[in-house]
Amino acid sequence: MRRFEYFSPVEISEALKYLESYGDAAKLLAGGTDLLIQLKNNEIKPSYLIDLKKIQELKGIKFSVEEGLRLYPLTTISEIEASQVIENYFPIVSQAIKTIGSIQIRNRATVGGNLCRAAPSADLVPPLLVLDAQLKIRNFYNEKIIKLEEFFVGPGKTILKNNEILTEIMISNVSNKRLGIYLKHGYRQTMELAIVGMAVLMDFDHQRCICKDVKIALGSVAPTPLRAKEAENTLKGEKITQDIIEKAGKVASEETNPITDVYGPDWYKRDIVKVMLKRAIMILQGKIKDQKNET
Amino acid sequence: MKHKIRLTINDELYEVSVEPYKTLIDIIRDDIGLIGTKKGCGTGDCGSCTIILDGKPVNSCLILGVEVDGSNILTIEGLRKGEELHPIQKAFIEHGAIQCGYCTPGMIISAKALLDNFPNPTEGQVKMALSGNLCRCTGYKKIIEAIMNVGSQ
Repeated sequence: MRRFEYFSPVEISEALKYLESYGDAAKLLAGGTDLLIQLKNNEIKPSYLIDLKKIQELKGIKFSVEEGLRLYPLTTISEIEASQVIENYFPIVSQAIKTIGSIQIRNRATVGGNLCRAAPSADLVPPLLVLDAQLKIRNFYNEKIIKLEEFFVGPGKTILKNNEILTEIMISNVSNKRLGIYLKHGYRQTMELAIVGMAVLMDFDHQRCICKDVKIALGSVAPTPLRAKEAENTLKGEKITQDIIEKAGKVASEETNPITDVYGPDWYKRDIVKVMLKRAIMILQGKIKDQKNET
Repeated sequence: MKHKIRLTINDELYEVSVEPYKTLIDIIRDDIGLIGTKKGCGTGDCGSCTIILDGKPVNSCLILGVEVDGSNILTIEGLRKGEELHPIQKAFIEHGAIQCGYCTPGMIISAKALLDNFPNPTEGQVKMALSGNLCRCTGYKKIIEAIMNVGSQ
């Protein structure tokens, strides 16, 4: 590892001041489970490392039914995993959380790190996309709120400037009427990056078998995680038949732009999207069981 | 610039002066001299460097020493009481759950973290708890048996 100087500010404003001074020469450290690997491989060469873990304002989970969820970025994946609020109100997030890395990784990795690392395969992103998450971003002078959808630019790239910090993840949309599921396709159950990750949130009229509303988000099948909006439109307001599910799967797979890599060829990932959307909807309808989330 | 950090390891307080780019595994092994914890992949995949940090199992290769100033650490050396081995260590020996031994400290520490919370785990729980620990001798079956039978002899 190359030499760098280390700072551990206790307030956001202090961290922002460091960023104002050092700009591109500085890197922010959250859980470090990815950053340390990048440092060891000399993929990044910061002169200054700014550790955010001592900033209490960046930690914790706040929730009320009226105001929704506020997830602070330095909260670890394990802390979210253990949260009763997340389990009760956002089970789709719980499902995704359980598929991340190993226990050792989850005990250090943070939700903010998972987002800011901007891996196309980041497991937390598809659930947060279908939940219409918003992000609060601060620099030394002001703050702004953006949609999570607008956050990612490409693999490893976000809109964050070198003087900005993600300070809050907000979900205002709390409704227990919707059914949600996160499916992850991989070779193993743990220590796995998603070959395809898929979150589906559906408001389903069981009696009439009609999809009143649906949101679909995909990971690992494009340079950034994405919403499959055409597939959503195919399903919205429709009676859910085998035909319409097949059609939506095809539409969703056409919305993707996967690459061929060690996880599989592009056509395979597109095919898997079709299969997974079908599976997700049938699980939400109660027609088949979700075997992975049973254990 | 070096940073002075204080670590409580296996109930003993250590004060060390470290460079900010030195990982916790290197500090534990090189500066403190506790070489029971093994360094494997260095990227958080193999789990051989697993320690318990403030009650939670973590990969010590993915942590900088400066990040954990003031924390409480348990390594494999801290398990035995005097000359008496810990029940998990005994179970590993009795069930032949050791081959080359390189993954063993990490496996035992992960098992300890599990058993502290679930004294009678199911096989599924044991497998999940060990999913961040690789054994390249592929002796998982006996390791799982050992953990499921801790204290039953």
